Amino acid sequence: MVELKQEPRRLTAYLSGELDHHHAKEIREQIDFAVREQFPPVVVLDFGHVTFMDSSGIGLIMGRARLMEEYGGTLEIHNPSQQIRKVLRISGADRLAVIRSRVAAPPQERKEPEHAYNQ
Amino acid sequence: MHTINELKCTFPARSENESFARTMVCAFAAQLDPTVEELADLRTAVSEAVTNCIVHAYRNTGTGSITVTVRLLPDSVIYVRIADKGCGIADIAQAMTPLYSSAPAEERAGLGFTVMQSFTDRLAVTSKPGRGTAVTMRKKLLHGSEQETGG
Repeated sequence: MVELKQEPRRLTAYLSGELDHHHAKEIREQIDFAVREQFPPVVVLDFGHVTFMDSSGIGLIMGRARLMEEYGGTLEIHNPSQQIRKVLRISGADRLAVIRSRVAAPPQERKEPEHAYNQ
Repeated sequence: MHTINELKCTFPARSENESFARTMVCAFAAQLDPTVEELADLRTAVSEAVTNCIVHAYRNTGTGSITVTVRLLPDSVIYVRIADKGCGIADIAQAMTPLYSSAPAEERAGLGFTVMQSFTDRLAVTSKPGRGTAVTMRKKLLHGSEQETGG
C-alpha cells in the first residue's frame, strides 16, 4: 500500500494498489508518522503504482499539503495515471502540489534510469 | 424507459465493500464494451456514492446495508442507484457544495458529489432525514466504434 523512502531532505511515499476510503487511513498514518519524525523539506507522493483513486486520495493530498504548510515544506505528486489526473483536475488539488510525470519508477521497477526525467 | 438488463445487490456498509461495489458495477457495464476512460469514470463515481453511505449515512459504524441497482437502458445508458437506510441528508444542496464535508476529521475532501457529477451525465439525490438516501446516476456509454464515426 505504501513504501517509504527517507532521504536527508526528502521523504518519498511510493503508493500502490487502490487508494479509496478503505485504504486511505492506514496510508495517511504511515506517511504522517514519517513526516513528523524528520519534517523533510520535500515530501513526494508517488502514484506510479496506484491503480485507482477516488476523492479519498484528494483528502490524503489536501491533508498532507496542510501538514506541510505548517512547517514550510513542499509537496510533490509523481506519476499520476490518466484517471488520477482527471480526479486531481476536478478537485483543484493540482494547485496544492507540484505534479511531475515519468519520474524514476518505484524501487522494485527502477531498471532503466536513462528513461527517467522530470517533466 | 424500459430496462434491458438489471443487477441488484445488497451488502453491509463495510469499507472493504467499496472495492467490491465499484468492480461489480463495472463488470455489469462491460457488456456495453465501454472505453477504458468511461469505465474509470463509472468506477470512480460509484466509489464516491458507496463511500458516502459508509462514512456519512452509517457514520462509519460498519452496520446497515447498501443496495446497488445497475440497469442497462436503451441507447447504451447505464443507470446506477445506490441507496442506504442511514441518517439521511437534511440539506442536500449544502451536502453537494464542493469542498463541504460534514466529516472533516476523517479527512474527507468534500468532493464526492462533485466527482459523481463530473463523471456521469445525470445525478439525482433523494433523501429523508432518519430514513435514508438514494443517489441515482446515468451515464451514456459510447462504444469505441461509434465514437470514431461520430455516432
